[in-house]
Amino acid sequence: MRALRAGDLARLSTLGLRTRKVRAGLSALGIAIGVAAIVAVLGLSASSQAGLLSEIDRLGTNLLTVSNGQSFFGDKAELPKSAPAMIGRIGPVTAVEYTGKADASVYRSDRIPAVNTNGLQVQAASLGLPKAVGTRVASGRWLNAATARQPVVVLGAVAAARLGIDRVLPGMRVWLGGQWFYVAGILAPAELAPDIDRSALVGFPAAERYLALDGHPSTIYVRAATDQVSAVQSVLAPTASPEAANQVTVSQPSDALVARAKAKSALNGLFLGLGAVSLLVGAVGVANIMVISVLERRSEIGLRRALGATRGHVRLQFLSEATLLGLLGGAVGVAAGAGATVAYAQAKKWGAVIPPLAWAGGLGAAVLIGAIAGLVPALRAARMSPTEALWSV
Amino acid sequence: MTAVMTEPVLELDQVTKVYPSRPPVTALREVSLRIDAGELVGVVGPSGSGKTTLLHLMGTLDRPSAGRVRVAGRDVAALPDRQLSSLRAGRIGFVFQQFFLAEHESALENVANGLLYTGMRPAERRERAREALALVGLPDRPEARPTQLSGGQRQRVAIARAVVGQPAIVLADEPTGNLDSATGAAVLELIRELNRRGTTIVVITHDRDVAAGLPRRVEMRDGQIVADNAWLPA
Repeated sequence: MRALRAGDLARLSTLGLRTRKVRAGLSALGIAIGVAAIVAVLGLSASSQAGLLSEIDRLGTNLLTVSNGQSFFGDKAELPKSAPAMIGRIGPVTAVEYTGKADASVYRSDRIPAVNTNGLQVQAASLGLPKAVGTRVASGRWLNAATARQPVVVLGAVAAARLGIDRVLPGMRVWLGGQWFYVAGILAPAELAPDIDRSALVGFPAAERYLALDGHPSTIYVRAATDQVSAVQSVLAPTASPEAANQVTVSQPSDALVARAKAKSALNGLFLGLGAVSLLVGAVGVANIMVISVLERRSEIGLRRALGATRGHVRLQFLSEATLLGLLGGAVGVAAGAGATVAYAQAKKWGAVIPPLAWAGGLGAAVLIGAIAGLVPALRAARMSPTEALWSV
Repeated sequence: MTAVMTEPVLELDQVTKVYPSRPPVTALREVSLRIDAGELVGVVGPSGSGKTTLLHLMGTLDRPSAGRVRVAGRDVAALPDRQLSSLRAGRIGFVFQQFFLAEHESALENVANGLLYTGMRPAERRERAREALALVGLPDRPEARPTQLSGGQRQRVAIARAVVGQPAIVLADEPTGNLDSATGAAVLELIRELNRRGTTIVVITHDRDVAAGLPRRVEMRDGQIVADNAWLPA
């Protein structure tokens, strides 16, 4: 068989598309919608993940926390008072800050029943804490050496919201541990240390004086040189509590966030399924159009056979037309899906990420579906008897 | 005239064609026919006489149930589909009553389509199509769409498509059937002219007046040849 020239094949396979544009467009639409859904779902989830990861990067992945675990008997273990200083002597450690949990609750006023703690806790904080956990003061000011000795409190973001305080006003007080504490500031959310968000923070001297805190730290926040994080992590427990290293919990808060960012939403599966169904419907549409097209173009097929086309030529013509329909739908779908991803990502101020798997896979699936849908009609066209095709019109 | 001119382009030997319906229809009964190079033959007969079946077999679009068909010296029964297609692409030209032109393509492209399956280069196909259009008297409107042409012009385009590959034989099925008598006469004159230039042409028609203008007439009835004036002086 003489192979068709590439240019001739291109002309033949676009014949149906050029002469019946609306029909070709509509039949490719189903595939386009399916591919668009798949590309958009994969693109959006990749973009949101990239957005979260870049946020985590901004917060820093080099934060480690050391907290008191439990003793052998299940009691709460204590971190030694010397732990922060000891940790500070580890070479790659750049910052050590700590909090100590006080046995007290915080209320908006002294009229609130004691059980309404709002799930908030009171903690003593070292003075460099906000910077170390990656947050800042949203309103008012942070504790200083003077206010750390006084009944002065700075509220975490969640704590402030639950207490109904959205900004710091002069003379503003909260009822904390059975006495009034002045509110000095409110912190912005600390994504890496949600514990801080739910805390009312006072200075260590004040906590020891007014809240009977014994001065033991309960959580130590450690920043280490980024390339040494795991090395630091491995020595943190014995450094913090040489006598009972096994009663110390060391964790890397960004790990949990990364894991959450990478977790796939259950909805993704649903939308991908819908996209697949749409692809299937699109395939049926293309197959349907090709069957009709072959019937309509009997005389063309017959003529081509009379002009010397082999069965293979006819088969190839219709198969490539269906494949092209798939490709067309796939390309439109990828463009639409990518467009939706970019628009949404911009609205969310993420960088738009469209994984190669999404667009290449979408396009490939569309082409494959077109080819499969066109196979039976193409075989039918090739089998058509030229005499029937020409003399039954 | 010469030995070349009398070589058979097409030979049917005891050809029978039975269509496997219920009951089976015998469209052709032991038909033998020989057409030499350079002949202009009219196959004439009423509808149902088997002349269209004869055209299918001569054009290798169908195979005989029995007997032998030889086109350009090759036995059709022995050839697979590919080689039959190749034979049609290079050695046989068809002209149809309904023209069968592609409406979205120009006259020139339609004619060039006659060479689409020969493996010829596009530029050469167009060049030959231009020559063929000139040959059928339509040199001035190569870019016209079939819808912009009259019936007679369309049939000329179709004839140009049939002869563009310089086939050994042209099979014309009721070429004047869709044309008024004046236009039909002009198309018939073109066919005679092409034959004078050396093309072997078979015209299938039910119209005795059309056949009367052709040098050789093969008359068919009920699947058999009932008259052939091949050996009578034209």
